[in-house]
Amino acid sequence: MSLWKRMANVVRGERLNREIDEELESHIEEAIAHGRDPVEARRAFGSALRHREGSRDVRLIAWLESLRADSVFGWRQLNKTKITSAAAILSLALGIGASTAGFRLIDALLLRPLPVANAERLHVIAFEGTGPNGKMTYDSCSYPMFRQMRADVKEQAELIAVSYADRLDLTYGSDQEMEREYVQFISGWMFSAFGVKPAVGRLFSADDDGEPGAHAYAVLSHDYWTRRFGKDPAVVGRTVRIGETPYQIIGVAEKRFTGTETGTSIGIFLPMAMKNPQTLESWNNFWMRTFIQLKPGVAVEPVQERLRATFHAIQEERVKTFLTLTPQQKELFFKEKLLVDTAAAGRSNLQRDYKRPLGILAVLVALVLLIVCANVANLMTAQAAARAREMALRVAIGAGRWRLVQLVLVESSLRAFLAAILGGLFAWWAAPCVAGMINPPDDPARLSLPADWRVFGFVAMLSAGVTLLFGLAPALKASAVRPASALKGGENLVVRGRLMHVLVAVQVAFCFLVLFVAGLFVATFDRLTHETTGFSAERVLNLEAVTHQAQPPAFWEQVEEHLREVPEVESVAMTTWPLMSGESWVGEISIGGAAPSDVLTDLLAVSPGWMEEMRIPFLDGRDFRREETYPNAAIVNQAFANQFFRGEDPVGKRFEMVASSGGRSSVEIAGFVKDARSRDNLRLPIRPTAYVPFSAVDAAGTPQLRGRGTFVVRTHSANPLALASLLRQEVPRARPEFYVNNIRTQAEINLARTFRERLLAVLGLFFAGVALLLGGVGVYGVLHYSVLQRKREIGIRIAVGAQVGVIARLVTVDAFLMVVIGAVAGLAVGMVSLRFIESLFYQVRATDWTMMAFPWAVVLLTALAAAIAPVMRAVRIDPVEMLRAE
Amino acid sequence: MAKADSLQGSMDLLVLKILSRRPGLHGYAIMTAIQDISGEVLRVEEGSLYPALHRMEEAGWIRAEWITKDTGRRARLYELTAAGKKQLGAEESRWQAVTLAVNRVLREA
Repeated sequence: MSLWKRMANVVRGERLNREIDEELESHIEEAIAHGRDPVEARRAFGSALRHREGSRDVRLIAWLESLRADSVFGWRQLNKTKITSAAAILSLALGIGASTAGFRLIDALLLRPLPVANAERLHVIAFEGTGPNGKMTYDSCSYPMFRQMRADVKEQAELIAVSYADRLDLTYGSDQEMEREYVQFISGWMFSAFGVKPAVGRLFSADDDGEPGAHAYAVLSHDYWTRRFGKDPAVVGRTVRIGETPYQIIGVAEKRFTGTETGTSIGIFLPMAMKNPQTLESWNNFWMRTFIQLKPGVAVEPVQERLRATFHAIQEERVKTFLTLTPQQKELFFKEKLLVDTAAAGRSNLQRDYKRPLGILAVLVALVLLIVCANVANLMTAQAAARAREMALRVAIGAGRWRLVQLVLVESSLRAFLAAILGGLFAWWAAPCVAGMINPPDDPARLSLPADWRVFGFVAMLSAGVTLLFGLAPALKASAVRPASALKGGENLVVRGRLMHVLVAVQVAFCFLVLFVAGLFVATFDRLTHETTGFSAERVLNLEAVTHQAQPPAFWEQVEEHLREVPEVESVAMTTWPLMSGESWVGEISIGGAAPSDVLTDLLAVSPGWMEEMRIPFLDGRDFRREETYPNAAIVNQAFANQFFRGEDPVGKRFEMVASSGGRSSVEIAGFVKDARSRDNLRLPIRPTAYVPFSAVDAAGTPQLRGRGTFVVRTHSANPLALASLLRQEVPRARPEFYVNNIRTQAEINLARTFRERLLAVLGLFFAGVALLLGGVGVYGVLHYSVLQRKREIGIRIAVGAQVGVIARLVTVDAFLMVVIGAVAGLAVGMVSLRFIESLFYQVRATDWTMMAFPWAVVLLTALAAAIAPVMRAVRIDPVEMLRAE
Repeated sequence: MAKADSLQGSMDLLVLKILSRRPGLHGYAIMTAIQDISGEVLRVEEGSLYPALHRMEEAGWIRAEWITKDTGRRARLYELTAAGKKQLGAEESRWQAVTLAVNRVLREA
């Protein structure tokens, strides 16, 4: 009989019984038909039940059968206690679901190997140096550096250059049909090294990446091909213009490959050799990553040693071109260390920015899961108390201890299984939802979140672990039952109560930790969003514009004028890029002909009227005049005055701007304004800033052409986006060479600066709420149970005249002791562990007493609220009824 | 009177041998056949016959089929499978070897 049949027999147990019985019955019939005495025949045959058991066990898998029986019984048990079971399953589902969602995100961003050949042999070059804020690492290289390194380790590894993914303007038709897509320059041999095949057409080969500028070919990603062209194979041969260069599309990469920048789906790949020649030749322009694909059997260390030697030689050469370095800067320069990091999961800034937040998320999730386990273990222990008699009876009629452990564990697994299904559904929804919160909605992070065996395996392992965690203690407890004392009703309740109390303390400690962390994140987010920017973002719309070819200042002003005529527009001004957009221009300045200062100055070109439009108030001096041009006049901020003029009013004074070539130009300070934030990092103080006129002239006085800029529009209407499409059309109407490639409200840009903090605050609050709810349920459950257990005692106490207060204290004192112990433990763990994530906080510390008081208060209030119902129940016990019932 | 299952392992051999000669017997017929042929020397204990049959069925040596008899009652008939034939050969030669050995001991001791 096949294994399958035996397994099938497990579920058709009744039918099997009938078959065996029928066969045995026919045997006896036969015997009687042969003339034997019916009674004698039956006696000779023996116990039919015993035969049936004997035959049954060979015809099905005995352990599977008992498992089935336990499952059926477990199911009945769940049904019998619907509310507690539902509570247990739902909280488990939440815990498992949140963990799975967290795992999916972490897996997608940090763990999942790239779908390329030999991903485990893939590494990336990074550098560790000392920056203004201490240790810093970066992973950018210059192209000549890459070429030299590649030549030096040719025998041990293949090096692949990949530029940072950049969202560029491109068009398949006219300028007016510009769109944006992620474009990446790559080494021509990347596809073959990664074993990526074309979906249609062909991919680059090393030949496409030889002579600079010679092979204007583009390869699309499958994702982009699907999104933009609906998988039209006729796309091969079409032309896409990126910047000024038309590229011919030669093929589409296969579906699984979306680039090496995890979290970003590249749309268009271009060969390295098509990057502009100055960039390709520059030793100092760090604009790309270098991937290392080790040859089979080659270890990392020797390759790293070889590359370090190459890097040192390169640094020796580079330092000769830096004429203005101080000895101190030189020392730092040579201290930079080359690292070879593993890059099996790809390499992206998103990974760098979200590694720690996701780690913290994982810890929060794990804490919540542990709270859940403690909760369910408590529920089950309470239930086990009620079932002590049942267990005792089972032991008394001959059930083995292991059989009882199995019975309880099967019940636990049943819960965990149902919870895993619900949790899986939750994770299916939650993971993309959280992923959607990682980046601004117009540029979402694209993480592949497949529900594959990795996820399934995780859920299975987690559920098994969780089952053991919350189910093993009750199971062992049940099997340790002493039938004699249990059936007499004298089971040792004190020990059981103690276990429940310890579990409450553990829950409160974890709950406190989660609240503590959440509080710190919320405070950080709050402080960052309330950090003054020094300007008004209200009703401001930024139209980032580009021109076909660089245009003279007069044309830019023409467009500006035209936009002022649009109804609902309050004012228009120009600048290079929106405030806080992440782009910046820094320069060195000098006062009175001295050496350039160490402190860099932020420079920002603005048109007359911009200060007023952004509501940046003047402390002294005046705005630019139309005829003023860069680099003749400047407006400076307070930080600038503090840094260079000891805080005195600098209007009328002069400073010099020092170009990287060493050339200097003298600038007169025309205005003095209050500080306003122009850079994107809210955690750093506002730097010295010099505003310069938007229109520029060169040394000979000829106006400088400008290819990009931003029209800053303040609207009358409260929602500036309502004007967006109209303004987009008005720009080319004013001058056909101009088009708008991006429209963003200032408020949206400001908000995007705190996206990560917002995500942490939102998730922190969510988990804090869940933890609090579970903690409250835990306290309630224990109190409720203890009131039930001590009903008789309470009844007697009330009968002999105990006050309400005494009863309340009696019922709650133990549990509250546990709450306090738990909170103290949580606080201690928090203070020690949160040091490690302090860099994610802003202006808050784990040691602030306000930050500690908040979770304390909340935990205590929750415990109090949870205690109300059980206490009410205790004081309402009617002694007469109680004693009569006994 | 000896019981078939008191001779270690001989029950399988007897059942397989009977079924190889007369396929399609039910449990009772197998039992009576063993008794008749052995001249009432060997007696099968009814209680151990069925577990043995089911064990052999599980091992794949015999297969069973339900038939409805003229009386309207259903009976379960057993017959040898190919694996059962092989097993019978093996059991027979093992039996021969054992009896040979026992005989030699009786003769030469």
